[in-house]
Parts: sequence; structure tokens; C-alpha cells
Amino acid sequence: MASDTSQATVQVSTSAVAQGDGAHDSHGPTGILRWVVTTNHKEIGSLYLLFSLAMLFVGGSMALVIRTELFQPGLQFIQPEFFNQMTTMHGLIMVFGAIMPAFVGLANWMIPMQIGAPDMALPRLNNFSFWLLPVAFGILLSTLFMEGGGPNFGWTFYAPLSTTYAPPSTSFFIMSIHLAGISSILGAINIIATIFNLRTPGMRLMDMSLFVWTWLITAFLLIAVMPVLAGVVTMMLMDINFGTSFFNAAGGGDPVLFQHLFWFFGHPEVYIMILPAFGIVSLIVPTFARKRLFGYASMVYATAAIALLSFLVWAHHMFTVGIPLVGELFFMYSTMLIAVPTGVKIFNWIATLFRGSISFEVPMLFALGFIVMFTIGGLSGVMLAIVPADFQYHDTYFVVAHFHYVLVPGALFAIMAAAYYWMPKWTGYYASETLGKWHFWLSVIGVNLTFFPMHFSGLAGMPRRIPDYALQFADFNMLSSIGGFLFGFSQLIFVWVLIKAIRGSGEKAHAHAWEGADGLEWTVPSPAPLHTFDTPPPFDPLTESPSRH
Amino acid sequence: MSRLTWAALGAASQPFLAATVQASSINTSSGWNMPAGVTEISREVFGLHMTIFWICVAIAVVVFGVMFYSLIAYRKSKGASAAHFHENTAVEILWTAVPMVILVLMAVPATATLKKMYDTSQADIDILVTGYQWRWGYEYLENDVEFFSNLATPREQIHGSQAKGDNYLVEVDEAMVVPTGQKIRLLLTANDVIHSWWVPDLAVKKDAIPGFVNETWFEVDEPGVYRGQCAELCGSGHAMMPIEVRAVTPEDYAVWLDSKRDAAAAEAAGAGREWSMDELMERGEATYTTYCAACHQPDGKGVPPAFPALAGEGISVDPDALEDHKKIVLHGKSGTAMAAFGENLSPSEIAAVITYERNAWGNDSGERVQPAEIQSMLESE
Repeated sequence: MASDTSQATVQVSTSAVAQGDGAHDSHGPTGILRWVVTTNHKEIGSLYLLFSLAMLFVGGSMALVIRTELFQPGLQFIQPEFFNQMTTMHGLIMVFGAIMPAFVGLANWMIPMQIGAPDMALPRLNNFSFWLLPVAFGILLSTLFMEGGGPNFGWTFYAPLSTTYAPPSTSFFIMSIHLAGISSILGAINIIATIFNLRTPGMRLMDMSLFVWTWLITAFLLIAVMPVLAGVVTMMLMDINFGTSFFNAAGGGDPVLFQHLFWFFGHPEVYIMILPAFGIVSLIVPTFARKRLFGYASMVYATAAIALLSFLVWAHHMFTVGIPLVGELFFMYSTMLIAVPTGVKIFNWIATLFRGSISFEVPMLFALGFIVMFTIGGLSGVMLAIVPADFQYHDTYFVVAHFHYVLVPGALFAIMAAAYYWMPKWTGYYASETLGKWHFWLSVIGVNLTFFPMHFSGLAGMPRRIPDYALQFADFNMLSSIGGFLFGFSQLIFVWVLIKAIRGSGEKAHAHAWEGADGLEWTVPSPAPLHTFDTPPPFDPLTESPSRH
Repeated sequence: MSRLTWAALGAASQPFLAATVQASSINTSSGWNMPAGVTEISREVFGLHMTIFWICVAIAVVVFGVMFYSLIAYRKSKGASAAHFHENTAVEILWTAVPMVILVLMAVPATATLKKMYDTSQADIDILVTGYQWRWGYEYLENDVEFFSNLATPREQIHGSQAKGDNYLVEVDEAMVVPTGQKIRLLLTANDVIHSWWVPDLAVKKDAIPGFVNETWFEVDEPGVYRGQCAELCGSGHAMMPIEVRAVTPEDYAVWLDSKRDAAAAEAAGAGREWSMDELMERGEATYTTYCAACHQPDGKGVPPAFPALAGEGISVDPDALEDHKKIVLHGKSGTAMAAFGENLSPSEIAAVITYERNAWGNDSGERVQPAEIQSMLESE
């Protein structure tokens, strides 16, 4: 029954494509409206990517406001109320507006092209998923101009600070989280439907690229936890507007319940932001080492193991809330366990490099930067798992350093690596090597100057989310601020690179843009035409599968 | 990067950096690492931290060593040609098993230390710690002593019109005083939102949650002043609710307890007499600055809508609202940051601050509230 339906979907989408092809020049909206109504996976992918780039700069500007205030001790530029709005919005925008949509954009562009599908399985839903996002973030940003200001309770929005004590704009914040959540769930459904139904004949699950695999697992994580987030913000909405007391102790409610629910969503969310990055690095490292990925099967199993464990570790964000001893021990052990599959991944990448034939094009530089700095973030993660020590690390800049290492030179560097890797396929032109190297090296210096000193200020005792600090933290904060500005402005180089490639200045790319690259996306011309794989491409697992012997 | 070079660099252009030269650390940290602290537990935690840190360094050296060796040795530009292997079961089992063993080795001592940290039994002294937006309240349960502990750093230092002191933002008007060599159990809760009580030198960080009572403990060996601050985002004053623990000898502790009781008795006696307008205004201004100005602002203008204005509008200029005014200061306003000050401030302080609010900033109502009125309101409840 299920496969009947999926067959029908294939029929519909291929015939839609066929019609589109026939009517290419004469019909269909043009100009802005073309982008509003498009159901093409490549156009929607571009929309997602451009949206996330815009959000990167919005969220990044807020980070620079924060770093400006923290440049020196004392309150110089902004007041604590506005500072808290900046930290909150920076986190929300980067997580939900920059990192997640960027991965969805990459999935839209590349998953159909890597599995030999003509488009996503549910093209209209795809359009709807994207257009929810500008609405969601329009609402979120508008709260900054409302009476009482925007959300000011941190991106983790702990109750009752985010309910009983929240500014009046909080209901708008809840609305925007709902919309972004619906967008994510629909996107995830679409990705799963596409991967399960539209693979070219002969391609088994264990023949898929690791980017497709990691996204498949990520999509299941999204469907599992986004409803929990929706539930928790709905409970907040009820507490704020309808007199319930889910999180209000005075009414018999439980503020700690909020944290359990939030982190049951929040920890898998962390892996939602890193698993597709693992997939990207697992394509780029073999390409530029000119050697097959080491341990394809163990990479798939490790990804699945990380995803399963992600449901069992949420309370490691809550070691100081007063969980009973047995609970603390359970969450300590389960958290430490995650180091094992994560280690397997890092070892596999390094074994891929070992005895390869390595060159250092820009995508490879970002991928290697990812491996080194993600590992640093992973090791500080192991330290954070140790409960007695975590009592000292918790809610300090040590934690800020840790999660920025896994999210910035982690997730963001992987997205940048992907952009440089596939830009020839998207635009038909290679990204400028010179500018790309400037972008990479300035980013590496900036990111480490910003976040490495935070390990020290955190260990020495600086709590996170404070607009002003004791004098002993002054030196490290000044360094972090200088690094933050360097990193932030370096990202403008990327915009320049992108504009150059889109305008067609630079070296023209062949269909097979990188000599060591594997995968069906390299069999279509560069730039990829609007419609690819109208008929499923031939695929021979014996010679083309990444798991072949 | 030494502290001195940065100070020298800043001295030329920015006077604030010079201050970092004399700045005493807020804890026994070297300035860039976790403090070893002053309790047996804190030293154990520090040892655990350093052990795990060095294990992580060793792992990083091996992993990055192999990685960078590969990057250098197998460069295409040096003519390297790629090998063809892509799996090796023995190696894969090895690098799954070895991390498992290392993790178990880390977990054993961590579990032992955690058990000790959770053993709050047989305490000598119990102190109830209550988090408020934005101050701490301490109540010595066996000794009938209770007081607020407020940020003591003047606003002029925060806003830069005065040089910042050594203990900028980590100094309080009244510290928690504890005797050395005795097991102190803290019972933590909160009045409004979640706070977190953290003193690095004691290796104690525990959330103070409304509706919950959390427990933790410490025992200090050496007299000294140990500083920390709130670690959980609790609103706009989050950076401004520091913690100061003064460990003193048991003899000095007894003297301190007596002095607190005497002060409380004197304060209670003051409530019986008639206060003049000047007395009320003077005491009121001091109380307002400590307890009210963080939200309602020194000029009484507030930060609406969260913190309503008191100057020229609202409850403090409405002649009919005097009784409401008293009730709100005494009992707080549920669902807002307005705490119930009747529990912790004296009738004299409350009478004075209400008088101040109704007469300062041009409100000039001429109304006086006497401590005795507040006293009788409290007694009639």
C-alpha cells in the first residue's frame, strides 16, 4: 500500500517536471513571483541558503553588539535589558534561522541530485516549508520593536523567567517558534519521503552518500523532537495567557519540568545541527584525499548510535538543578558514551587521510578545520560530562566556548565547506581560491581568538549571559571581542566569493568539478540545469556504491 | 599574554585597564584555570578536572599527531598516490574499545567524588538561601538570624564615572558568615525566577528554584573571603547579585551571631518611637538605593512595562493608594519581580522607604508613614 502511494508520487512529480520543461520559456511567473511560487528543489534550496546567509549576518550583528558591550568591564553602550535581548535573539536566530535552514537548503539542492531523483517528493510542501521561515523570523525580529522589548530570557527560555516574568512580546516569540517548528517538521517529512521513494533503481540504503544518510537520520530526529518543542511553547502560551500553571510553582506547577521538556528537544537538536555536517565532511575528505572513505558502514552505524543516544542524555544540561544522585550518574555515563561513536567518526576521517593523495582546495581546508576544531569542542564536551567538574563549568564561559566550538568551526565551517564544494555545481564557476583561502584563514584566526580565551574566562569563574563582569576577566574578554569582529567581518569575503561565482567570473567548472569526487551530482552538467534526472540515472552498486568492496 | 603586558598596553589609552593590575582575583584561581578552592571537595573536583584535562590533551596530541602527519606526508603536491584500503575490522574494534576503557577510568573517580558531594547528612549549621531578583536572602535556621545580601558596588563604578574597585561587581553589603571546620548545609530556593548559587572556591553551584528546596553543603578549613555570583540567567540584574562568603573562626562566628541579634533588637526598638520626616527620608533613601533602585531606577522613573515608575505617576502619587502602597511593599506583587519585603526588611526600613517614595523626586505629598503603623499591620495578620 505504502509503495503504491509512493509510486503515484513519483508519477505526479515527474509528469509535473515534464510539463514544466515543455512550457519553459512561455509560461510560469517571472521576477519575484517566480521565487514565491517555485516548487523546484534547486530554487527552493537556493532560497533556503540565501535566507540562512541573511540570518547569519543578522544573528552575527547581534553577537557583535554583545562583544562590543563586553569589550571592557562596565556598562558602556547598552543596558542589561537590551543585552539580554541580544543574547537571546542571537542564539535563536543562529540555531533556527541560520544553521538549520542552511542544512535544509543543502539537502534540497543535493539529496535529489545524489539519489538520482528529479525533485523532492513533495514539491508544493517544500515551497510552503520555506516560506514559513521568513514569516517566522519576521515575527521574531518584530518583537524587538514592541513595548517591553523582545525575548530576553536566553535562547533556552527557562520558565518562569520566560512565562510569569516575561515581556509582553513573548506570545509572538512562541508563534514564531511554532512556525519555524512546522517548517522543520514538514521539511523533514519531505526529506524522508524523497529518500525512501525516489532513489534511482538499484540504489540501496547502504549505497547512499553519507550526506544523504546523515540527513535521513537527522530528519527522523526532527520529527521526533520538534513536536516536544511545540508542546513546551504551547504550555508556556497557556501559562501566560490562559491562567494555567504548568511551570508556575505558586500554582502547583513545576519550573524544572520546563527544563526536562526543553532539553528532551534541545539535546537531539544539537545533533540535528551537527549530523549533516558529519555527512558533508565525509564527502569532502575522501574527494581531496583521493581515497575512499574509511569505514562507510561504521560511519552509518555511528551516526545512528549518536542519534539514539541523543534521547538519553538530555539532563546533562541540568546537572545543577538538583537531580537525585542516581539520575546524575545515569546521565553522566550515557553522556560519556556518546564520545565512543563520535570518536569512531573522527578516527575514520583521519584513516581516510592516512596514505591518501591530499590537496588543499578551499572546501578541504574548511573540512579539515572542522575536524580539528570540532574535536576540541568534543573533548571539552567530555570534560563537561564529568558531573563534579561540571558543577564548576556549568553556565560559565567554558560552556559558551564548548558549544561555539562545535557550532561555529563545527556546523558553520561544514556549511561553508559544502558551499565551496558544490558552488561549481550550483553556479557553473569555481569559487575564487584566493578569496576562499583568505576567508578560511581569517575565519580560523578569528574563531579561535574569539572562543579559545572563553575556556579560560569560564574556568576562572565568569558566568555566561552577563552584560558586565569582574575586573579579572577583562583581558580575555577584550581578546574575545577583537576575535569576534575579525571573524564577523571575514564572512563578508564569502558574500563577495558567492557574488563572483553567481555572476560568472572565475574559472568555469566541468560536470565532474573535482577529480576525486564521487556521486551522481557530478554526472550532470555544471551549472546543474533547472531539471535533472527526468529519467532515473543508471546506478551500478558494484562499481558506484560507497560501500562497495 | 601576560596580565602586565595588557595593562601596560592599556595604561596609555584607557585608564580602566590599569585597574586590572591591582585587581585581586575573586577566587583562588590563577586567572585562567579553575580554582583549587578551599575545601576538601573543591580540591578533589580540581584534581578531577586536571586529570581529565590531561587525558583530553593526550588524546588530542595522538589524534592531531596522526592527522597532521598524514596531511604533511601524503600531499599530492609531493607526489603521494592514494592507497586503496577502506576498512579494517581489527582497527575499528580497537578504536571503539580503547575509548570505552578510558571513559570507565574517568567515570570511577567522578562517581566517588559525586557521592561525597551529595552527602548532606549530619550538618552543623543549616542556612536557607533564597534567590530574589536581584539579591540573595540568608536565613540561619538554628539561630534566628536573617538578612539580605545586596551588591555593594556603587552605580557610579558601573557606569564609569568612578574608578572601578578591586572587587567590582563581586562585593556585597552583608556577607554570608560561616565558621571554619563545620559542615554547612545550604537549603536553596527562590522567590521569583530560577537563580543559581555559585562560589568557585567552594566548588558549590546549585540552582535556587521557586517551589523547590535544593540541598548542598561545604566545609571551609581556612578563614577567608570567598566570592562568587549568580550563575543562572535571572533577568536584567543577573550580573548584579554577587555572593560573598566570609569564613571565620568559630569564636568570631559566635561574636558575629550576637552582633546580628543585637542589631535586630535595636532595629525592633526603633519601630516603637515617632520618626521625623528627615529621619524617614534619610533612612528611606538608603533603603531605596539598596533594594528598589535596580528596578525602579534611582530617579524613580522605572523601566515600564516591567518595572513601573514611582516618580510623578502611579501608586506613590495617588493619595488614595497609601494602603495599597504599604501592602505591595510588605507582601509583593505576585507574578512580577516585586518581592515581599515585609519578610526581610524591618518595619522602620519599610516605613522609611514608603515615605521616601511618596516625597522624593517632586512627589512631595508630605505624607509620613511611621514604623509603628507597619508594625501593627504586620501584627494584625
